[in-house]
Amino acid sequence: MNTHNNNTTFGFWVYLMSDCVLFAALFATYAVLQTQTFGGPGASELFDLNFVLTETLILLTSSFTVGLATIFSLEHKKRATLVALATTFILGLSFVGMEVFEFTHLIAEGSGPSANAFLSSFFVLVGTHGAHVTAGLIWMFVVMLHVMRGSVGNKLYTLSLFWHFLDIVWIFIFTFVYLFGALAL
Amino acid sequence: MLGKLDLSAFIHGPIETVAQLSVVFGVVVVVGLLSYYKAWGWLWREYLTSLDAKKIGIMYIALSFVMLARGAVDAFMMRTQQAIEVGANSGFLSPDHYAQVFTAHGVIMIFFVAMPFMFGLINLIVPLQIGAKDVAYPFLNSMSFWLTVVGAVLINLSLVVGEFAATGWLAYPPLSELQFSPGVGVDYYIWALQIAGVGTLISGINFLVTITTMRLKDMSWMKMPIFVWTVFGAMILVIFAFPILTGTLGLLSLDRIAGFHFFTTDLGGSAMMYVNLIWAWGHPEVYILILPAFGIFSEIVPTFSQKRLFGYTSMVVATLAIVFLSFIVWVHHFFTMGAGADVNAFFGIMTMAIAIPTGVKVFNWLFTMFRGRILFKTPMLWFMGFLTTFVLGGATGVLLAVPGADFQLHNSLFLVAHFHNMIIGGVLFGFFAGFVYWFPKIFGFMLNERLGVYAFWCWIVGFVLAFIPLYILGLMGMTRRLYEVSPQFHPLLVVAGVGAAVIALGMFFQVLQLVVSIWQRKENPAGDNPWNGTHLEWQTSSPPPFDPERSNDGVMVGILAGLFGFAMIWQIWWLAVIGLVGVLAVLIARSFQHHEHS
Repeated sequence: MNTHNNNTTFGFWVYLMSDCVLFAALFATYAVLQTQTFGGPGASELFDLNFVLTETLILLTSSFTVGLATIFSLEHKKRATLVALATTFILGLSFVGMEVFEFTHLIAEGSGPSANAFLSSFFVLVGTHGAHVTAGLIWMFVVMLHVMRGSVGNKLYTLSLFWHFLDIVWIFIFTFVYLFGALAL
Repeated sequence: MLGKLDLSAFIHGPIETVAQLSVVFGVVVVVGLLSYYKAWGWLWREYLTSLDAKKIGIMYIALSFVMLARGAVDAFMMRTQQAIEVGANSGFLSPDHYAQVFTAHGVIMIFFVAMPFMFGLINLIVPLQIGAKDVAYPFLNSMSFWLTVVGAVLINLSLVVGEFAATGWLAYPPLSELQFSPGVGVDYYIWALQIAGVGTLISGINFLVTITTMRLKDMSWMKMPIFVWTVFGAMILVIFAFPILTGTLGLLSLDRIAGFHFFTTDLGGSAMMYVNLIWAWGHPEVYILILPAFGIFSEIVPTFSQKRLFGYTSMVVATLAIVFLSFIVWVHHFFTMGAGADVNAFFGIMTMAIAIPTGVKVFNWLFTMFRGRILFKTPMLWFMGFLTTFVLGGATGVLLAVPGADFQLHNSLFLVAHFHNMIIGGVLFGFFAGFVYWFPKIFGFMLNERLGVYAFWCWIVGFVLAFIPLYILGLMGMTRRLYEVSPQFHPLLVVAGVGAAVIALGMFFQVLQLVVSIWQRKENPAGDNPWNGTHLEWQTSSPPPFDPERSNDGVMVGILAGLFGFAMIWQIWWLAVIGLVGVLAVLIARSFQHHEHS
C-alpha cells in the first residue's frame, strides 16, 4: 500500500511538471504577442494593480489554509480539516469570481479576447490558470466528501500540491503580466 | 440543436463515397462477425475492459495495423494520382480530396500507426523486462488506450460525416484558420489529436513512473536493458513535448471557435508563432518514435550476433544526449522563416550535433556484430535494412541541416524522401523487427519465417524504388504536395508508384504471414526462449501469465470523450457538456470505489 502511495505522489509530481510546460508555452505566446495591441490599449492602461493585488492575497491565503488542512488531516482532526478546506474553497471561489468580474469588465470595455492578439494571449494565459483553479475547486469538493467518509488517503496531499503549484504559476502571472505590464517594462 | 451538422455532411463526391461506404461496410462486417460467433462477451471481458498491460499492448498493435492499412491506402492513392496525372489526364482525385488524402496520410501514420505501435510494444515488453507485474497505474493505462482509439475513430468518422483537414499534417495557419478552412476538416484534426494526445501524455507519465519505481530490487539504473532506457528517454520527451501540442491546438481551436487572434493574418496574430510552437512539440516527437526503435535494435543485435551489446554505457549516454538535444533543434524545420543568420547557424549546428550520438549507436551495433556468429533471422534482416536506409537518411538529414542547402530543398520532395527514410527505414522497420522478435513471447508460437523474409525483401526493395526517385525529384526542384506535376517529373513518379506497389506486396506477405502462422500455431510452439535472448522477458513462460483484473471505466471514458470530441467538431454544445461532465463523473465515481489500482 505504501509503495502505491509513493507512486501516486511521484506520478502527480511528473504531471505537475508537464502542466508547467503547458504554462511555459502560454507564457512564451504572451511574451511574443503582448506588443501586438493593434492600436488598442496596452497592459499599462488596462490593468488595475490594486484589484490584482487583492486577488493575489486571496490566493496566497488559500495556499496557507490548504496547508493547514493537510496538517490537520495528518493529525486525524476531521472537523478542523473540513473547516480549513471549506475556507480554502471559499477563498478559491472568491478568486475565480474576481477573475470572472475582471474578464467581463474588460469585455464590456471592448477589450475582449477577440480584440487583438495581445488580449487573446492575455485571456488565455490568465484564463487557463483560472480554469485550473476551477478544476481544483471541483476536486476540492470531492476531497471534502472523502474526508467526511474517512476515505481520503493521500488525495488531500496531491490536491494541496496542485493548489500550491497554481499559486506559484499565479506569482509568475502577477509579476510578468500585471506588474511588468503596469510598469510598462 | 445539432450545431453545424446536417444531412449535407453525409453527401460526398463519387470517390469519397467509396471511402465512406467502405468504412461503413467494414464496421458492419466486424460487428456481424462478432455477433455471428457470439464473441462480444469474450472480447469485452478478455480485451476491451482488461487492465493487463499485455492485453492493452495487443490492442494497441491491432489498432496500429488497422490504421496502417488506412494510411497505406492514402499513400497508394497519392502515388497513383501523381503517376497517372500527365498531359491531359488530371488523375482520379479532385484537388481538395487530394489535399485531404495527404493530410490524413501524415496524421494517421504518425499519430495512429507509429504511436500506438510504439505504446503496444512498450506495454508488452517493458513490465516484463523490469520484472514488474504490471504498470504503475493500470486503469490510466486502459484509459490512455481508449483515448487513442477515440482519436482514430474520429479520423475515420471524417470519411463518413463531413470532411478532413486539407492543410498538411501540421495544419499550419493561416490556411487552417476559419477564414481559409471554413469546413469541419480542421476541427476533426484538432479534436482527434487533442483527445489522443491527452492519452499519450498520461501513458508517458505512467511508464516513466513504472520504470523509475517498479524495477526489480537488483536492477539498478545501469543494469536496465537498453530498450527500457530508450523508452525512459522517450517518455521524458512525451511529458515535456505533448503539453505544448495540447496548448498549441487549443489556441488554434480558440481562433476557430471563439474568434481569437493568435495565428490569424489580422489584428496582430502571428502564424509563425504556431509554426514555432508546433515544432517545439514536433521535433521531440520524431525522437519519441525513433528512440524505442533504437532500443529494439539494441535487443536484437546482441541476440542474433550471439554476443553482448558493445558499449552499454555509451548507448545510455547517447540516448540521454538525444533526449536533451532534441529540444533545441526545432527551428531547422523552417530555416526559411527569416530568423537571421545567427539563429539559423545555432540550430543548424545543433542539428548536426544530434547526429553524433546517433552515430555512436550505429557504431555500437556494428561492433556488436563484429566477430559475432550472426543468425540472419527476420528480426536481424529488418535491422540490416534499417542500418542501410537509416544511415542514408541520416546523411541527407545532416545535409538539410545546413541552412544554405535547406533554403534550396525546403518543402521539396528531397525533404519528403528524407523523413520517410527516417520514419519507414528507422521507426517502422524497428517496430516490425520488435514485433517479429517478441511475437513468440506474447502468443506462444513462432511466426512463419519464410513469409517474413519475403515481406522484408518486398519492403526494402519497394522502399528504395519509392523514395530514391523522390530524392532526385527534390533535387530537380519538385515541391511536395503537388496535385498537378510538370511532365519532366513524370518518369520518376512512375518508378515511385511501382515502389509503392512493391511495398503493398510486402504488406500482403505480412498479413499472409500472420494468417498462416496462426493456422499452423500448434506445429510451431515457441518455448520460453526461442531466440536465446538474455533479458528478463525470456525467463517467463510464453505466453506470460495474464492478469485477470478488469474495469469498464476505461471504455466508458472513451465513449464519453468521443461524444465530447464529436460535439466540439460540429459545435453541438449541449452534447459537449454531457461528454465532459460524463468523463468527470466516471472519474469521480471511481475515486469512491474501493480498489487496489488508481
